[in-house]
Amino acid sequence: MWRQVGGRFALLTRAVRRARRRAGIGLLTPRVKRAGPPKIDVSRVGHRFGNQVVALRDVNIEVHAGEFVCLVGPSGCGKTTLLYALAGHLEPSGGRITIDGLRVKGPGPDRLLVFQEPALFPWLTVRQNLVFALRARGLSRADADARAREYVGRVHLDGFEETLPHQLSGGMRMRVQLARALALDPAVLLMDEPFAALDAQTRSHMHQLLQQVWLRDRKTVVFVTHDVREALVLGDRVIVMAARPGRVLQDLDVRLERPRDPDDDALVEMSRRIRDELRRAEAAGAAEGRDARIAADGAAPLGPAPHLGAPL
Amino acid sequence: MAADGRLGAAAARSLGRLAQGYAFSAVAGVPLGVLLARSALLRGALRPVVLGLQALPSICWLPLAILWFGLSETAILFVVVMGSVLAIAIATEDAIAGVDPLILRAAGTLGIRGARFHAGVLLPAALPGILTGLKLGWSFAWRALMAGELLFVAGGLGQLLQNGRELLDAAQVMGVMAAIVAIGVAVDRVLFRILELRVRRRWGLLEEPA
Repeated sequence: MWRQVGGRFALLTRAVRRARRRAGIGLLTPRVKRAGPPKIDVSRVGHRFGNQVVALRDVNIEVHAGEFVCLVGPSGCGKTTLLYALAGHLEPSGGRITIDGLRVKGPGPDRLLVFQEPALFPWLTVRQNLVFALRARGLSRADADARAREYVGRVHLDGFEETLPHQLSGGMRMRVQLARALALDPAVLLMDEPFAALDAQTRSHMHQLLQQVWLRDRKTVVFVTHDVREALVLGDRVIVMAARPGRVLQDLDVRLERPRDPDDDALVEMSRRIRDELRRAEAAGAAEGRDARIAADGAAPLGPAPHLGAPL
Repeated sequence: MAADGRLGAAAARSLGRLAQGYAFSAVAGVPLGVLLARSALLRGALRPVVLGLQALPSICWLPLAILWFGLSETAILFVVVMGSVLAIAIATEDAIAGVDPLILRAAGTLGIRGARFHAGVLLPAALPGILTGLKLGWSFAWRALMAGELLFVAGGLGQLLQNGRELLDAAQVMGVMAAIVAIGVAVDRVLFRILELRVRRRWGLLEEPA
């Protein structure tokens, strides 16, 4: 009899787990603080553009080695600003950013930025693009060549080594950029909406490829995107940011096993919840911003706040 | 004139001078343009001077050249160099200022610096524009040389032209003029055209023929 009850109970828990999973409960939880010193420590960082627009306010983020962190939020939430600050292309006007305890000062070989556009050297072939970057890191010609070929293969571009970038499709160029970044083996990979300009199918291929590569190398990745679903497919952690002022709304752990399917029920449900959250924050921020602006100049605001593009 | 070898000898002499003067211009003009583009201090100090001198027709350098170098080969070369070096420098500066900032950012994050950056990223990225400047500089050099040779007797096509005038030989004058045009067009259309096409094709700036 007890066995029967036990069996029923197990069935029941399994059913509950399935239902919870479908509703996305327990798979997306506030971040649990991890032990040990973080790889990247963003502490009380703020940034203003031209002393006017507050791009970031009091941002605190710890990233540990081997984590895949996605920064997600609407345009103007400062996610790209934060990424460029991590890369050292921009100095935040307040707070400090350290990597392995060392303060970030300018671009360094330990961090590599992957751009939204492929950013290849158009006069060099695919292989030469990788070799040139590797030679700049002091590899010998033979080593650089061997490594370039290996990584071109890793992004499934064998046979395209001697092709020029403009002869490739957008997705293939992106893969070359990814291969170049991976071949240099930086401790931290910073990715600025790298797949935003690709069509849906190519993008989902790139997601699979990136997951596959990441599962193999376990690099520390900070990945900026405005696409919540993309963040959930890729990230161990999703940091949700809001605009005006740019700030962190939520820091969430994603407990879904890999490889992930973007059409998975739980993932879709999680994405819906995050988007609702963003919409609420935006509505609250808009109301607040309106009050603040009326208070500031004593008149009704004229149109939306000026939009500032990505820095640099 | 063509038959007795005077035209050939004169053309060879002119082209020899042009090659020397132009080579010097290119070797000096491109680095000058890079410096102008990369250093705000130099740009502030030199750019107005460069632009101002660019407005001076190159032949106006001849009197000064003769004062400094006398009636010598160097004086003519000086005129040729002054006529073309600034055009090359300005075009190079423009080409470098117009390099896609994304390429510079990519080089920055990849850690490419110093000589490798200048020779491996900046110059190739600006090469299509620099080539246009070199082409422009070439035609300036050719004109400066002809003007110099006309005013200053030193052999070459310019002097042959002047000879024709002195001998009241309109046929010779027109013949030499035709030769000057022919050489100008040949270098421009053949040499530079081929170079430009090759660079633009490699850089992906051309529509591939279907």
